[in-house]
Amino acid sequence: MAMRDETRMLLESMGRLFEDHCTKQVIDAAETGIFASDLWQAVSETGLPLAALPESAGGADAEWSDLYAALRVAGRFAAPIPLAETMLAGWIASSAGLDLVDGPMTVGPVRASDRLTLTRDGNGWRLNGAASRLPYASFTERIVLIADGPDGEMAVSLDAAGLPTASKGKNIASEPRDTLVFDNFQIAAAALLPTGISRAALFRRGALARATMMSGALERAMDLAVTYAQERVQFGRPISKFQAVQQNLAVLAEQTAVAVAAANLGIQSLGQGDEEREEFQIAIAKTRVGEAATLACELAHQVHGAIGFTKEYSLQLATRRLWSWREEFGSDPEWAAKVGAYFCAQGADRLWPILTGDDVP
Amino acid sequence: MATPMFRFDPVELPPEAIALRAEVRTFIEEHQDFMGFSRGEHNREFSRAMGRKGWIGMTWPKQYGGHERSSFERYVVIEEMLVAGAPLSAHYTGDRQSGPNILRFGTEEQKMFFCPKIAAGELTFCIGMSEPNSGSDVAGTRTRAVKVDGGYRVNGTKLWTSNAHNADYAILFCKMAMTEEEAQDRHAGATQFLLDMKTPGVEIRPVINLLGEHHFNEIFLTDVFIPDHLLLGKEGNGWNQLTSELAFERSAPDRFLVLFQMLQQMIRVAGPHPDKATAVALGKLISQLATLRSMSVSIAGMLAEGLQPNNESAVVKDLGTRYEQDIPVVARQLFPTEPELEAIDVYAAMIARSTMNAPRFSIQGGTREILRGIIARGLGLR
Repeated sequence: MAMRDETRMLLESMGRLFEDHCTKQVIDAAETGIFASDLWQAVSETGLPLAALPESAGGADAEWSDLYAALRVAGRFAAPIPLAETMLAGWIASSAGLDLVDGPMTVGPVRASDRLTLTRDGNGWRLNGAASRLPYASFTERIVLIADGPDGEMAVSLDAAGLPTASKGKNIASEPRDTLVFDNFQIAAAALLPTGISRAALFRRGALARATMMSGALERAMDLAVTYAQERVQFGRPISKFQAVQQNLAVLAEQTAVAVAAANLGIQSLGQGDEEREEFQIAIAKTRVGEAATLACELAHQVHGAIGFTKEYSLQLATRRLWSWREEFGSDPEWAAKVGAYFCAQGADRLWPILTGDDVP
Repeated sequence: MATPMFRFDPVELPPEAIALRAEVRTFIEEHQDFMGFSRGEHNREFSRAMGRKGWIGMTWPKQYGGHERSSFERYVVIEEMLVAGAPLSAHYTGDRQSGPNILRFGTEEQKMFFCPKIAAGELTFCIGMSEPNSGSDVAGTRTRAVKVDGGYRVNGTKLWTSNAHNADYAILFCKMAMTEEEAQDRHAGATQFLLDMKTPGVEIRPVINLLGEHHFNEIFLTDVFIPDHLLLGKEGNGWNQLTSELAFERSAPDRFLVLFQMLQQMIRVAGPHPDKATAVALGKLISQLATLRSMSVSIAGMLAEGLQPNNESAVVKDLGTRYEQDIPVVARQLFPTEPELEAIDVYAAMIARSTMNAPRFSIQGGTREILRGIIARGLGLR
């Protein structure tokens, strides 16, 4: 019931690692377009990016719940590396039996509306379609995509060098989001294999990654706000002594607690072999975390006053990511629509049995 | 990070709690006639039936009529009852806070006398706390006890006392008579008594609420004699005892499950293929509910570990009342109707009841502002 000891140790060591290697200078540099190679190297040496893989494939058979918990720490530190993306890319590639690289990877499609299709061409294949806003695509070594083949979904693992990048974009946290457009793009047969992981499964695991990272970023925003309010003196006393400020901080703390709990609710659904439950619990997580982030960002800035609105102060490292991540892998209204549609289709009498997890039709 | 983070560890219900759920649902099926929507009705027959099942005082020691079951099992029973709209009033206060308070601070004699009766569903408690001039400011109580031969003489007025007209006993919060200088310490002299509601000098007058219903009361205490053996805990320790009691009150899931049937009704009205806006609005409410429930289960886990999750309980109560107050607001936006309390249309009646009940959610059991003050203290701000 309490957190497992191994998990706690992992989180503490990740915290120390980010404390040392993910400073504001590192993040600021990354936001100018310089990849945080030293940070990546340090994280990579822990084995975390591919830890979910079986030991036979170079992983550590780690629990996904632990990896997501580590993503919360990464979110807390605004880590400017494709950690979640590499985890997901490794998961898809290895489950399809494709080989992997050690370096940073990314994954796609990351948008619900994007479709990639594969057609045979002699001994190889042709890939068509757009993969919009792939995180860090220009900085990764390998891109793992899920595409529709003639006989079902296929995992495609592509060397990132020489891919048809249509545009290099950024989210508002200046994290690279690059769009690739494939127009009869040639792929060797060795680069793809059938996968049991659907595009929808990737999408929801990505949504859970963002929700979890957001819960960490909210912890950071709250920590900054509470600390700042105790240090900032106005009218002769710390502003934390004013009830109006206390009430704002209390609500900020509530929304942070909700976000952590909601992300955990999504994480709890993993590994139970119940895709339907995984889908709606993650939908609930992304919905609730997104809502919490919107209110919490507003309050964290309100407490900080003008200083929080500067580039120099660290609050924006958290809030710009929260405003970016709440839209990625589906926004909270989009996921809320799925939650609503799912439970309406199930009917009112099934709401409670499904929520309590002992639904016997 | 320097800031204390509230702890909501993810918790899975243990097998014995899951196993119990089916039994509770069967019991509810068999007692369908007792169930209703958001009325919190007082029904001793139902409470005795729950007592016979062993579902009151579930976590208490067997020697005091309890059943030594886990906090999780108790949680399951309560959430199922709330969702079904069971009439819990006759035993709920005793089960949730008066019983645990007596077990914690009471004498052996008090524990042996009161707890088995509460657990049997035969004893109804109310909370004699608020007063005309002492609402959120509980420490400002003006009710005074004077030590007399063999007991105490109590004078004062209590207000907003839910279910006093049906209660056998109140846990009365007051202060010992003291000088002005002694009263400088706002918590000095605070004392709790187990007050028999039939004691001469106890007069109960109904206060009709805005729904036109009789839930709360004003209690006049005129030279009420309370014998020594009904002092709860220690003279002067009342503030400490009350704080502990309120933590029990706030950790319950009744802060977000009271309107569950209305959420269900909204899903019925929406039908199996809602438009996008409706799906989004309902999806948000369901996501709030699911998250609140997981936080509440987490609190049950902390209680099972013997912790006192006061801050976490305040968080869930504040968020829970916000969610419950949002339900009628969202409902009227999605499916407008003219509310009518006695309407034949279930939805119109529910929206009437929930709209009128909504203000009290963030007042009873600690106002929103008081709860946020507790949270702020938990953050180290005061």
